[in-house]
Amino acid sequence: MNEQIELQASSLTDKFPEIVSLDTRTGYTGFLVMPENLITVAQTLRDEFGYDYLSSVTGVDYLPENKMEVVYHFYRTTGGGALVLKTQVDRENPVVPSLTPLYPGAEFQEREAWDLLGIRFANHPDLRRILTWEGFYGHPLRKDWKEPFFEEETKPFKSRWPEGHVYRAEDKNPFHDNVQYPPGFDPEQWSPETDELLYAGLKRVDKSDDFLTEQVVVNLGPQHPSTHGVFRMVVVLDGETVVDLKPIMGYLHRNHEKIGERNTFLQNMPFTDRLDYVCSMSNNFGYALAVEKLMGIQPPERAEYIRVMMAELTRFLNHIFSIGFLLNDLGAFFTPMLYALEERELILDVFEAVSGSRMMCNYFRFGGVARDIPDEVMEKIRKLVLERLPRKLDEMDYFITNNEIVRGRCEGVGVLTAERAIALSASGPVLRASGVAYDVRRADPYSIYDRFEFDIPVRYNGDIYDRYLLRLDEMRQSLRILQQVMRDIPEGPIMSGKPQYQVRVPAGESYGRVEGPKGELGFYVVSNGKPNPWRYHVRAPTFINLTSLAEMCRGQKIADVVTILGSIDIVLGEVDR
Amino acid sequence: MITGSGILRGLWTTFRHFIKTYLEDLRSGKKRYFTKEGIELRRSPDVEGIFTIQYPEEKLPVPEEFRYIPFLVYDEGENGEKEIRCTSCGICAKVCPPQCIWIVRTNDPVTGKPIPQPKEFYIDVDICMNCGFCAEFCPFDAIKMDHDYEIASYDRFKEHIFDLERLSKPASYYAQIRPTNFAREEAARAEKEAQKAAARKVNP
Repeated sequence: MNEQIELQASSLTDKFPEIVSLDTRTGYTGFLVMPENLITVAQTLRDEFGYDYLSSVTGVDYLPENKMEVVYHFYRTTGGGALVLKTQVDRENPVVPSLTPLYPGAEFQEREAWDLLGIRFANHPDLRRILTWEGFYGHPLRKDWKEPFFEEETKPFKSRWPEGHVYRAEDKNPFHDNVQYPPGFDPEQWSPETDELLYAGLKRVDKSDDFLTEQVVVNLGPQHPSTHGVFRMVVVLDGETVVDLKPIMGYLHRNHEKIGERNTFLQNMPFTDRLDYVCSMSNNFGYALAVEKLMGIQPPERAEYIRVMMAELTRFLNHIFSIGFLLNDLGAFFTPMLYALEERELILDVFEAVSGSRMMCNYFRFGGVARDIPDEVMEKIRKLVLERLPRKLDEMDYFITNNEIVRGRCEGVGVLTAERAIALSASGPVLRASGVAYDVRRADPYSIYDRFEFDIPVRYNGDIYDRYLLRLDEMRQSLRILQQVMRDIPEGPIMSGKPQYQVRVPAGESYGRVEGPKGELGFYVVSNGKPNPWRYHVRAPTFINLTSLAEMCRGQKIADVVTILGSIDIVLGEVDR
Repeated sequence: MITGSGILRGLWTTFRHFIKTYLEDLRSGKKRYFTKEGIELRRSPDVEGIFTIQYPEEKLPVPEEFRYIPFLVYDEGENGEKEIRCTSCGICAKVCPPQCIWIVRTNDPVTGKPIPQPKEFYIDVDICMNCGFCAEFCPFDAIKMDHDYEIASYDRFKEHIFDLERLSKPASYYAQIRPTNFAREEAARAEKEAQKAAARKVNP
């Protein structure tokens, strides 16, 4: 592994001896490049070095050095580790060339960096705020930005102990005062211009036929039963056909990352549960990996097996849940959904017994898991994995797969080709249903996934039906892994070292990524040796998968937009963070 | 495949699910509903037919590790006085992710030095996220997660900040909701006491 990185390093610096330099800060890896050379280097990376997949774009505010840094994580879709490229700009006027023309998947991530950190991306096609509202004052992830009723830079707050005088958060933080305005701003006089901008930014078609029809802009959502939460899609319609579409998110935004930077490392763990609240165990996994990488610790054997077991059970419940919802979107209202929920319920019982909570599990710790699995729960898991779940999966396959309505509505709808899926940084089932066999568990193995025998299912049509079939396949493979886990799980400790409430994390950066049920879930953590992370960034798979939504929907019927969205399988807790 | 057979399969599956509930009812008789046995049956991996539990008439038993709002454990003294285990060391307040624990430490009125006992202890249950860190990292087994999830109230202004009084629950209650944890902790404590006593014997 190290050899491979060395090889890249020498060839990239050989290729650009003047403009690319190694990042030599302690605990950091990757290459530094000046912003003016970024496009050239990225182009070479993509076309000559084969780094065709831009996984993550992260902005970091280095306030003490008065610098803004943008970190890019490139991967090859044929597998292997990351190539990390960084560019630094002045904090006062940060302008970085946009990589969106080269890697269209950067679009939302660059908008996010603009929104939260105020880094401008030159030549970006649509640089508007994405997570906060248009009238928001300031860029909240900047280190000198303070929220209204700011208490302290980092937790734990001194006001809690030993002189803890209690107050109600609501008394201090009434809702109407919970907003900061720019100087001289009058909310009564303000009218949002961005909606007009947004509508103007949508594509129209030139009509040359005889019919005098108008193209209509329709807002689907934010409150719409099919959007799986508060999510809005602005659609331009020509008759019933979608001409263009733009997703608008951020209605559930709570600045997870700022909260994360105020928290200590351990305090973040329960907050990761609330990202994708359907699969909290996978979120825990990704975050634990990122921090463990920084700390340089390894969980003991049994803990590794338990982690894999939990992650695969999560994948199973997420996929069965998402298939149920897809059927809901197709109009099979709640009957298949509830059959799926039954199985999910049984798995949640397992989660509750081991972690104490059905959905907000908070089960992983740095260097292990919180507690061992009791014997009777183990027995239950065995029964589920060996008997019930395979049977129920077959039943689902039997009554959905060849249903004429399902096939009629799903086949050939919402197609995403392999090239576009890679370019748009799609991940997880969306990517694999488009014919790219890329799964982090195999491409860049983490934990103990290299020990198990399983296949990476792949489908080639890239439509909704293939995404459905792929999820079925993946559930089968998850059961296969689970059966091996049940066979091989050893006895032993579940924590390496003593459980600590304040962990020592050496200075440096790390990027931990797992193959979550919805796609590649990454956590980028920067530590400066203090108890709190300096930067904490989440590469949310569904947020980035939404970049390809417009592409899938163009030319389809409006009724299919709902199903296409359902086939991406989004959770707004993660999209909006 | 004959066109329409897919839809028929779907209908057949739904019909089978429907009929199974009645077959199960016939097979297990009256004990299927409103009995402990019936509830266990309906949540086991072998369940067929109806799946739902009719809350609040029926309640799912919670597993031992289930965690809800924390409470403070006190031991009952010989004369029935409450000996609260908390020493107000503040670890729970420091580890709490949403920072919903407030502790006022007791100071000796004469010397001004801290006494290991909380003067006041508050948890804002509106903010508590039930993560369980306080119970996990308390070195004195003084704060534990509760099982009582029915805490809805009419007045959120008066009743949603729990004080020392409201938070305190006896060790016997703790032993009842978490028997294995309690037994393990008591054993560890007894061992520690024994070690201390042994050490005292060696060098008095």
